[in-house]
Amino acid sequence: MPLLANLKKILVIGSGPIVIGQAAEFDYAGTQACQALKEEGLEVILINSNPATIMTDTNIADKVYIEPLTLEFVSRVIRQEKPDGLLATLGGQTGLNLAKELSEAGVLQEEGVKLLGTDLEAIKKAEDRDLFRDLMYEINEPVPDSDIIQTVEEAVVFANKIGYPIIVRPAYTLGGTGGGIVDNEESLREVVASGLKYSPITQCLVEKSIAGFKEIEYEVMRDGIGNSIVVCNMENVDPVGIHTGDSIVVAPSQTLSDREYQMLRSASLKIIDALNIKGGCNVQLALDPYSFQYYVIEVNPRVSRSSALASKATGYPIAKMAAKIAIGYTLDELENPVTKKTYACFEPSIDYVVTKIPRWPFDKFVSANRKLGTQMKATGEIMAIGRTFEESILKAVRSLEIGTYHLELKEATELSAEELERRLVVADDERIFLVMEAMRRGMTIEEIHNLTKIDLFFLVKFNRIIDFEQRLQKGDLDHTLLRDVKRLGFTDRKIGELTSKSVEEICALREKNGIVPVYKMVDTCAAEFEAETPYYYSTYEEEDEREETGKKRVIVLGSGPIRIGQGIEFDYATVHAVWAIKEAGYEAVIINNNPETVSTDFNTSDRLYFEPLFLEDVLNIIEAEKPEGVIVQFGGQTAINLAEGLERHGVRILGSDLESIDTAEDREKFEKLLRQLEISQPLGKTVTNVSAAVETAKALGYPVLVRPSYVLGGRAMEIVYNETELRGYMEQAVKINPQHPVLIDRYMLGREVEVDGICDGKEVLIPGIMEHIERAGVHSGDSIAVYPPQSISQEIKQQIIEITTKIALGLKVKGLLNIQFVIHDEKVYVIEVNPRSSRTVPFLSKVTGIPMANLATKVILGGTIRGEGFTPGYHPEAEHISVKVPVFSFAKLRRVDITLGPEMKSTGEVMGRDKNLSKAIYKGLVASGMKIPTYGSVLVTVADKDKDESLDIIRGFSDLGFKLYATSGTAAMLEGAGLRVTVVNKVSSGSPNLLDLIRTGEASIVINTLTKGKTPERDGFRIRREAVENGVVCLTSLDTAKALLRVIETITFGTESMPQFMNPKQEAVLHG
Amino acid sequence: MIAKLILEDGSVFVGKSFGAERESFGEVVFNTGLTGYQEVLSDPSYCGQIVTMTYPLIGNYGINRDDFESVRPFIHGFVVREHCEFPSNFRSEQSLDSLLKEYDIPGISDIDTRKLVRKIREHGTLRGVITTSTEDEQLFVEKLKQTPNPTNQVSLVSTKSTFMSPGRGPRVVLVDFGSKSGILRDLVKRQCDVVVVPYNVTAKEIRRIRPDGILLSNGPGDPKDVPEAVEMIREIMGEYPLFGICLGHQLFALACGADTQKMKFGHRGGNQPVKEFETGRTFITSQNHGYAVTPESVVGKDLEISHIAINDNTVEGLKHTKYPAFSIQYHPEASPGPYDSSYLFDRFLNMIEEFKKEGKVHATTR
Ligand SMILES: Nc1ncnc2c1ncn2[C@@H]1O[C@H](COP(=O)(O)OP(=O)(O)O)[C@@H](O)[C@H]1O
Ligand SMILES: Nc1ncnc2c1ncn2[C@@H]1O[C@H](COP(=O)(O)OP(=O)(O)O)[C@@H](O)[C@H]1O
Ligand SMILES: [Mg+2]
Ligand SMILES: [Mg+2]
Repeated sequence: MPLLANLKKILVIGSGPIVIGQAAEFDYAGTQACQALKEEGLEVILINSNPATIMTDTNIADKVYIEPLTLEFVSRVIRQEKPDGLLATLGGQTGLNLAKELSEAGVLQEEGVKLLGTDLEAIKKAEDRDLFRDLMYEINEPVPDSDIIQTVEEAVVFANKIGYPIIVRPAYTLGGTGGGIVDNEESLREVVASGLKYSPITQCLVEKSIAGFKEIEYEVMRDGIGNSIVVCNMENVDPVGIHTGDSIVVAPSQTLSDREYQMLRSASLKIIDALNIKGGCNVQLALDPYSFQYYVIEVNPRVSRSSALASKATGYPIAKMAAKIAIGYTLDELENPVTKKTYACFEPSIDYVVTKIPRWPFDKFVSANRKLGTQMKATGEIMAIGRTFEESILKAVRSLEIGTYHLELKEATELSAEELERRLVVADDERIFLVMEAMRRGMTIEEIHNLTKIDLFFLVKFNRIIDFEQRLQKGDLDHTLLRDVKRLGFTDRKIGELTSKSVEEICALREKNGIVPVYKMVDTCAAEFEAETPYYYSTYEEEDEREETGKKRVIVLGSGPIRIGQGIEFDYATVHAVWAIKEAGYEAVIINNNPETVSTDFNTSDRLYFEPLFLEDVLNIIEAEKPEGVIVQFGGQTAINLAEGLERHGVRILGSDLESIDTAEDREKFEKLLRQLEISQPLGKTVTNVSAAVETAKALGYPVLVRPSYVLGGRAMEIVYNETELRGYMEQAVKINPQHPVLIDRYMLGREVEVDGICDGKEVLIPGIMEHIERAGVHSGDSIAVYPPQSISQEIKQQIIEITTKIALGLKVKGLLNIQFVIHDEKVYVIEVNPRSSRTVPFLSKVTGIPMANLATKVILGGTIRGEGFTPGYHPEAEHISVKVPVFSFAKLRRVDITLGPEMKSTGEVMGRDKNLSKAIYKGLVASGMKIPTYGSVLVTVADKDKDESLDIIRGFSDLGFKLYATSGTAAMLEGAGLRVTVVNKVSSGSPNLLDLIRTGEASIVINTLTKGKTPERDGFRIRREAVENGVVCLTSLDTAKALLRVIETITFGTESMPQFMNPKQEAVLHG
Repeated sequence: MIAKLILEDGSVFVGKSFGAERESFGEVVFNTGLTGYQEVLSDPSYCGQIVTMTYPLIGNYGINRDDFESVRPFIHGFVVREHCEFPSNFRSEQSLDSLLKEYDIPGISDIDTRKLVRKIREHGTLRGVITTSTEDEQLFVEKLKQTPNPTNQVSLVSTKSTFMSPGRGPRVVLVDFGSKSGILRDLVKRQCDVVVVPYNVTAKEIRRIRPDGILLSNGPGDPKDVPEAVEMIREIMGEYPLFGICLGHQLFALACGADTQKMKFGHRGGNQPVKEFETGRTFITSQNHGYAVTPESVVGKDLEISHIAINDNTVEGLKHTKYPAFSIQYHPEASPGPYDSSYLFDRFLNMIEEFKKEGKVHATTR
């Protein structure tokens, strides 16, 4: 079937901010979809609130709306644009939910908008656990015993009927939020209660637990006339019970016989047929390891994280094909864009092993509950390709950037036998390493299997790795052994360690023996057909498949897995760098390992190397590609950290060189530079023992900001207000000694300002200055950033511009740089300088219209700012006001303190843009998911240091008619100021206390500022968590509170009685 | 133990020996299935061939009692990147290595199988030898150049004598050119009363069985090597509903006056898309053929092309325009591969029904 008739204009819905469970994969999917639609000559309108995405670039869609993804705003866009069709199945859960709301609100019918792709009925059937179960019964596909419940009691009844363990799963939530497996009534009640809260339709599925089964996924596609294919099947190394998003996953399945494979394949196709899917779909199944018994876990009637993984694993562009199907095409009409010789209606065959490992945020959130279960906790993931399972997983491990480049974790060796065993049973993010540790300690494969339920196949492979470690240790490193271990994916470095040789020696030995990697192509067809796509992975085989084009090449290093502090923003810049390199007439080569991203889409670059961003792997590619040079400034810290090693091996780094990077990062060198340039920064000192710390702090004056050069308890950066806190910090957080010094800075109270600039070595362009709503002390990534600045004076701006220019030139920056300032007493201090692309580049590029990453790349390749048609200096400020609002995933991360501080915690961002600040912030907050209360009550508990400052804000809320609740201390202060306030019990003094207030939803806003400790026991912590878990607005910074107040003031109307007439005479008459 | 795979074009792959340590010649072909190695190596259609699996990890789930497609493997060698020594699956009874040893079939592992596949893709199917000998490779190359392709595979794999698998349903004569068990399984599943006869059965012998339908099985080699079968089919066509699979399809085509030719490297795997004109649907099929019916040769015969492979337009199905007879090039019995085409057996049985009912020669095949 060709293109649907009378389809001219299509609205595509993006997935919004990056949160745990919904990450960059939807930028990849959405971007592909938009391109696929445009190449059909359709007009594409896009709406997405996330500015850090490629899809929101104006060259991807014909029109882009960066507006909140809510019924209200999307409806506006629809009424304004009057599209013929709506494509929602590429916007993740967000997209689906919006499509549902739009149709239920009648907007689609009113405006005559056709919902493209899988229809709502199917979506409902697949998403609503109840309807889905009925459908499964109908077509008799097996699902575990289960019941849909609306109350805790119903759940208990069910449990008593079928027995524990029971799994609780809320309807319509991301990443299984609020669910879990329980084996007794107490925990059942708890989990169900929270589950019902999270479910927008207060509905949970309670189900017999089938934990321990093999978890298998099928990525399937179906077109309008029923042609169906399996793009890829995947097997979770971690059995059912651990969310697929938190599981180590391999493709294709390894332990399924053809009968099992085909049985589950047929089931999957049968299901999508029954659902009448038109596009991509993900089917999750559980298979009994000891029989043919299987169960259907769930179906996602849309592209998903797994489909992105399947696309990268096979080369088959699911999102693109899904978009084409949505507009009417059938699979047999569509060409396979990889081979260009075969059709999209086939099932990819692969001749390598793919491994995916999730990246968890526990390095940032040490207090968090690391236990893995049915609720996803990973922020990102990496993928690796090898010709053996061992090669694949070892490449995956070193792609993770968690400080290990082999399947081993130094800390694990210190665990007690009991601890080790416990953590094998109750899986956490480090389990795979503990499995290795257990084996090294001599635990048998069977024992480990019984504890972990991990299939023996995988355990045997892990064991093989250990065998070879031991062979290496025996020291007879001959040609064969060296070749064998390289074919198993060992790094030179690890081989060196095991044979007490240096990396260089091993590398030399390899080359002497001709043991060098070759590069093979990912071609969707296991070489059966010739392929066009230069998508490569390294392996130790005979034949290298790269074709020499004779063109000049430039390599760009990507930013690896998405994690807190290094998100999609860096992939955005990377992609733009690649495009710019092409424009400049070079071949762009990208190295990256993140399957979710646009940068690893095979048609983004001229050559894609899906490889670890590990020195050895990168050097090998450089050896093979012989590029003009390598660009490291777009790949975040990942790429920057490789610069030193690359330079050491004589690789030419294009753009700001190692020296610039080093000067910016080395404290001594940096201070020296600033002194030369006569630029001030917060006074600070590096100390190596407690007494020196105390001295320094006294000298600088409290509060001070402390950060270890080496992180122990993860409580890296902190603001301490007095000596006791300082000593406390020194004891708990850091192991201070000459090897691990601690940096102490004067904490400057003041506004934080952030700037990005581009320097061509001679001149500097400053696209814009952003000022933060929250004062310095709240990480730049977690503050609301405003462009253009609203409250800083011309003089200050001028100073900022001059300083930025000076530093850029002083550091000899070539390309991008990012600076954070704090303005203290009308004086500008530099907090830090990053001679690289930053988190704010996408936002600033969009609001200023300057393609920053592109321009920087041109400069790096030898161009000049003027040469590229731009004027150096401070770019004229825009009319509209734009704000960048951080988005957090706290609901998914139990036991994490949500207080904003100098350590970044947000996972994503949204943008709000309008004519005045309050409107912009309103949009931003709404887009970030906040349900802004316009009436109700505010619960206030603020630290003594903040009491005075908080007064006006609280009065403001009171004036708007908000009822006030406060704990005794705060209450006293408020009453003193003549405000009416109800006192509530502290947690300690039993129910009813403020926690109940939050639970019952009586408190609509919580204002809570940090008191000393962050330990979970403290009231403050419990208050904040309770708020998060109950979806109550919780503000931990008075600045945010003030901003919210202003917003509410503008969107509501206060009511005041009329003033009395002023008439002295009358007075006289009356009282005369 | 070092083993070599030497090809007629002189290329040599050095790897490790597994299975039997024996020298063995054969036509080197590749299969792109991700699973199903046990079914592949026991599929009689591979008789005399050295089979390469494109997926690098083979033997992961071991060898079980149930998934054989014939009583014994007839392949001449097995080529893998890596064979699994410690398989893991609840049905696994032995490893791939031990199975090959049991049937004295040599295997070679640890070679760059993708390089081999690309070579075959470029040059077309090549003759090769797996050997552990260290003598001059050139000698083997010469030998390979001289040895002609075998022509007697069907007689090797076909049943020697007639046997039956009783059932209460329609009686189907299954002419065994090297039939996969899967075909019998699918007929039995449908209660058929199956009589399996040798490839060289005559029309007269078939009539004596008084079947309701005839199924021509798959089998190895060039259809032109079994002219007696072509004769038989030509004679009996139209008397009974007829269904040809794979080699059976090619023989049916020859019997109808069409022609067949050798393909460059054939279709072997479980992911081949085939379009069915009647429904406009495309199905993912399980295939294993090195010969195909030439499209031109169909023109002007009492045949119409019912299915084609969408990737290269190979004829994948034929329908007789006068008689109740049709054939397909691929494997509706799957094993290994997708079950999507098993409806074709039902189509065959419907055809038998119709034919019985109306008793008229031109039964529809719906
Ligand atoms: N009945 C069950 N018993 C045990 N674990 C289960 C069961 N059902 C699902 N799970 C686990 O929970 C995870 C999440 O369930 P799923 O239905 O996929 O929710 P989500 O929509 O968050 O993906 C699955 O990946 C699986 O590992
Ligand atoms: N001397 C200081 N005074 C006040 N706030 C500071 C100071 N130094 C750092 N900060 C705060 O800590 C945050 C993180 O510090 P920064 O040096 O930028 O670390 P990172 O490398 O994590 O961005 C900054 O965004 C700022 O809000
Ligand atoms: Mg799921
Ligand atoms: Mg910073």
